[in-house]
Order: sequence, then C-alpha cells, then structure tokens
Amino acid sequence: MITATLPITADWRDFLALTKPRVMTLVVFTGLCGMLAAPVQIAPVLGFTAILCIALGAGASGALNMWYESDIDAKMARTHKRPLPDGRMDRQAALHFGVGLATFSVLLMGFAVNLVAAAILLVSILFYVLVYTVWLKRRTPQNIVIGGAAGAFPPLIGWAAATGDIALLPVLLFSLIFLWTPPHFWALALFMKTDYAAAGVPMLPVVAGERVTRTQIGLYTIPMAVVAVAPWALGLTHAPYGATAALATLVFAALAIQVTFRTKRPDDTMRPEKRLFGYSIAYLFILFGALVADRWFA
Amino acid sequence: MTPEEERLVRTRQQGRARVMALLLGAFVILMFAISIAKIRAGH
Repeated sequence: MITATLPITADWRDFLALTKPRVMTLVVFTGLCGMLAAPVQIAPVLGFTAILCIALGAGASGALNMWYESDIDAKMARTHKRPLPDGRMDRQAALHFGVGLATFSVLLMGFAVNLVAAAILLVSILFYVLVYTVWLKRRTPQNIVIGGAAGAFPPLIGWAAATGDIALLPVLLFSLIFLWTPPHFWALALFMKTDYAAAGVPMLPVVAGERVTRTQIGLYTIPMAVVAVAPWALGLTHAPYGATAALATLVFAALAIQVTFRTKRPDDTMRPEKRLFGYSIAYLFILFGALVADRWFA
Repeated sequence: MTPEEERLVRTRQQGRARVMALLLGAFVILMFAISIAKIRAGH
C-alpha cells in the first residue's frame, strides 16, 4: 500500500479532514446565531472574521483531538479511516497543524474583533483539548457531560464578538448546548457501544450499562427543556421563539422518553436511539434559527 | 522510492503548495478588508 510507506506527504484533503468539517458546521451555525442574536450589529467583514476564527478554532481543536486520540481512532470502525490511524499523515504534522491553527485563530480574533471573544475562543480550545480530550475522555463516563462545555462556547463567542461583553441570553444558549450534549452523545453511544468498548473509552453505556444511560438521557432532557424555553419565559425573546422552542422540545422529549423507557431486544436495530441522535442535531438548528428569526423579525 | 511513489509525493506537494498559495492570497485580502473596516469604524 503506497500511503503506508509515505506518511509524511499528506494530501491537503487530509489536513481538511483533521478539522472535522461536519462538526464544524454546527459550531459555526451556533456561533453565527449568537452573533446575530446580539443587540449590536457588527461590521460584516469583522463578523465574517469572527465566524472564520470560530471555525478555525474548532478545526484546531478537532486536529489536536485526532492527534491525541489516533490510537483510539484506529480501534473504532467509525474513525479508523481518519488520516492518522490510516497512516496518511505524520503525527507531528498533525500536532503542528493543530497548534498553528489554534494560535492563528485566537490572534486573529484578538486583532480583528476583540479581546473578550479571543479569550473565550482560547478557553474553548484549551477546554476541548486539555480538559475533555486529555483529562476526561479516557478516565470517566462523565467525559461528555463536563466536556460538553467546550462545544457550548460558540454562541458565547459570537455574542462577545458583536458586543465585547457577555449577557444572560448567550449564557442561556451556552447552558442549552451544555445540557443538550449528554442526551445527544449518549444516544449515539447506545448504538455505537461496541465501538467505544473496543477502543476502551469509558462511555456511560460501556461502564454503567444501558439502563443507567437511558435513565440519564431522560433526566438530562428535563433541565435542557427548561433552558430551551427560558429565553422566552424570561422575556428575552418573543412568542415566535417561545412557540418554536416549546414545540421542538416536545418532540425531543417524546423521542427521549421513548429511548428512556425502552429495553433493547436481540437483533435490535436501535432505531429510536438513532432517531433521537439525528433529531437532536436538527433540534439545535431549529432552536438557534428560531432565536435569530425572533430577534430580527418579531 | 519507486517512480510511481515519487510521482505521488510530487503531486501531493504541488496540491498543498497550491492550496497554501490560495489561503495566503485570501489572508492578504482579508487583512486589507479588516483594516478598511476598522478605519471606517474610527478605530
């Protein structure tokens, strides 16, 4: 195999893959919504730069995560074709790329936008890499609960980019993503359990079993639902957001309840879990989209 | 290294160099646009 003998000369597409472009989509979207929901309008060029920095920061976090976890990735069917475990890239190149991209994104944010946004971006990158990837992921089934904070920063950064400040609404958006992460990832972990077990990652279904995981999905959905409608209940948004959030959260809760009270059968295709996982992604898009529409048009 | 492998390495290097050139060009344009935006905002 040619690629195995030439690990140093990675293709540019391999560097792109290192940034986890699909994960970046949600990060960019929530960051953009945080910026658009702010009461201050930012100059379009600076707004574009802020979103670019959020995307680059997320890409850097993804690259450093793949650098550190290449051994785990090699053992999982979902990730074994990534550039590092597949031998298409030198580990040092991935590390340099990740550190370089992280530094560049924070410096550019600080220079072009403001220091508050740059500081939060730096914290989010460090949190994802050091707290989640290095410290928690291999040690505790609470990895994605605490680590979920890393993915919750973008709306806060977007808001700070526009205003140079932090307010209650972006904190609620942060809390929403933070509380959404456990049901989202545990739904995935339920149907990818074998993969995580093979890689030795202590995800909740692997360590505590499926019953506990299903109960936890149901329990985390409750505060998530409260936070989802809180912007409307606290008078920070209007009725259109409130109605959309209530409806979308009801659907989420219905899917979560189905997963919570379900028992896996032999030859189970795990459809309810896959449905909850898929809908949970759409759910964030719906809520953040509704928030921006409400702030701009209501 | 076989000629085939050498050709593959060269192709990848060229691809990376092209993408890098495009990114640097885009960065220069972005910095120009940021400077204009900041001047207009009175910073």
